[in-house]
Amino acid sequence: MSESYLPTMTEIRGRLAAGEVRVEDVVRSCLDRMDAFEPSVRAFITRADEQALSQAREMDRSGPTPETLTTKPLWGVPLTIKDVLTTRGLRTTCASRMLTDFTPCFDAEAVSRLRNAGAVILGKVNMDEFAMGSSTENSAFQTTANPWKLDAVPGGSSGGSAAAVAARMGFAALGTDTGGSIRQPAAFCGIVGLKPSYGRVSRYGLVAYASSLDQIGPMTLTVQDAALLLRVISGHDPKDSTCADQPVPDYPALLAQRSDLSGLRIGMPQEFWSKEGLDLDVAERCAQSMAVAEKLGATCVPISLPHTPYAVAAYYIVASAEASSNLARFDGVRYGYRDKEAGNLIEMYRNSRSKGFGEEVQRRIMLGTYVLSSGYYDAYYKKAAQVRRLIQQDFHQAFKHCDVICGPVTPTTAFGMGEKTADPLQMYLTDIFTISLNLAGLPGLSLPVGLGERSGLPVGLQILGPAFREDLLLQVGHVLEHHLPRLPLPTGISQ
Amino acid sequence: MSISTDDAAKVAGLARLNPAQEKIEQFANQFNDILDYMQKLNELDTSGVEPLYSPVTHETVFRDDEVRREYSREELLDNAPETDGKYFIVPRIVG
Repeated sequence: MSESYLPTMTEIRGRLAAGEVRVEDVVRSCLDRMDAFEPSVRAFITRADEQALSQAREMDRSGPTPETLTTKPLWGVPLTIKDVLTTRGLRTTCASRMLTDFTPCFDAEAVSRLRNAGAVILGKVNMDEFAMGSSTENSAFQTTANPWKLDAVPGGSSGGSAAAVAARMGFAALGTDTGGSIRQPAAFCGIVGLKPSYGRVSRYGLVAYASSLDQIGPMTLTVQDAALLLRVISGHDPKDSTCADQPVPDYPALLAQRSDLSGLRIGMPQEFWSKEGLDLDVAERCAQSMAVAEKLGATCVPISLPHTPYAVAAYYIVASAEASSNLARFDGVRYGYRDKEAGNLIEMYRNSRSKGFGEEVQRRIMLGTYVLSSGYYDAYYKKAAQVRRLIQQDFHQAFKHCDVICGPVTPTTAFGMGEKTADPLQMYLTDIFTISLNLAGLPGLSLPVGLGERSGLPVGLQILGPAFREDLLLQVGHVLEHHLPRLPLPTGISQ
Repeated sequence: MSISTDDAAKVAGLARLNPAQEKIEQFANQFNDILDYMQKLNELDTSGVEPLYSPVTHETVFRDDEVRREYSREELLDNAPETDGKYFIVPRIVG
């Protein structure tokens, strides 16, 4: 395939299934782009070139068959996976020194569903260590660059996933979102990111950071691609007791049911749209996309999510508390880094964990240990869980007046590398618009709505909905996408 | 509430971490900033509000207690830092 022709995932899947292109050629075109852009983008922790090519050749020998389109919706499509999801026989590091040599003997459920659908895995992509961060600067291996501007961050923690998709080194990626980790990097890199409702996608095989917040979701070039990927990975899984036993709608088919936004009420939370603290590029692009929505028949309704200013504080208490508990399993006994010098068991635990974990991970484990410790539990953890209830109630109240809620994904466009690393609290505050959704367990879509006039960098609009209404978010995103200018190829990479 | 360097060292011990002294001091300072920010939550009266620990409200799921052999011993020992082929080896625990 020529460099000038860069199809979406849905398009390439159609051409593969029709036998118009060979899997091996499609895989090779991605590998060629990886060879060209990886030196400057650095999205991959582990490339799986050989496995991908041998799988591709085998698929070309056996298919496509007439039933490929129906039973293998991703037949031959090359994808990338955030390195926090286990992949059988393929190294899984969580971007941590702790897991540098860890090769799982099982696939995460979402990965296994991708494989069953016929997808080809190109490799494991970079992230903030154990998904803790908003810039992918907390990786133990490398800092990923934003394909739009190589000295800017791609966002985090799914920064490698977002950069790989934006640079077209794979047709889509899986990311995970605990406090905005799919939506924020999608916005920074100009792609579509969907954080599904809590319980929509099985978390089995996702290395847990904050179990009551984490959710796996698609990162793609178009809303239609997100719909297709979500359909494949969603659905009940008995291996995850928090996974909902609910039918999975045919998301791609449902997209066709809406051609405009007539009758749709869009809630505009005053807390998200206040000009104060909102970058001009972000404010302008998001406001313009709302004007487009109104032209398409939607009615914008002012609403309030009054507890928004408390979301970041509540989130970091809940997330750190759960992280301190989840990361206790890394003790250097059964897997992971072990310090060889220690004379006794406790010393081995302490040395292994201190040398294996990076600074941000240690900071959150300690913070979590503190807020859960005797005497502080009620003051911090219980209080945060109560505020979490109030935040959830805000959304329930709001959805009585509107069908979906819209606002910016982030207060600014992608910031520069190193700009916020010295001050953890400032870094935490970049997630102010995404975090409340995870606390409430609701779905959110990040949609690219154009480039900022001053920065030249992508701006993302966030579309939020009631639990398990991903279909509605995708429909709204799909309609809007077709009436907004399509982004050009990222300006930071030469081709 | 303010966290002293000693408090931070104690928390590190509980979390089975062993940071260098200057890191402990740095963490203690950062925790004070972060926890100060978290005091914001005290502006809210939450008396009588039921805590929300998870968005999932359904009951605990049970499965049949059946023995299944999913992985081989070799596979499970494969990532171990130290093993004798049968067991995980750790430093001596009893004196």
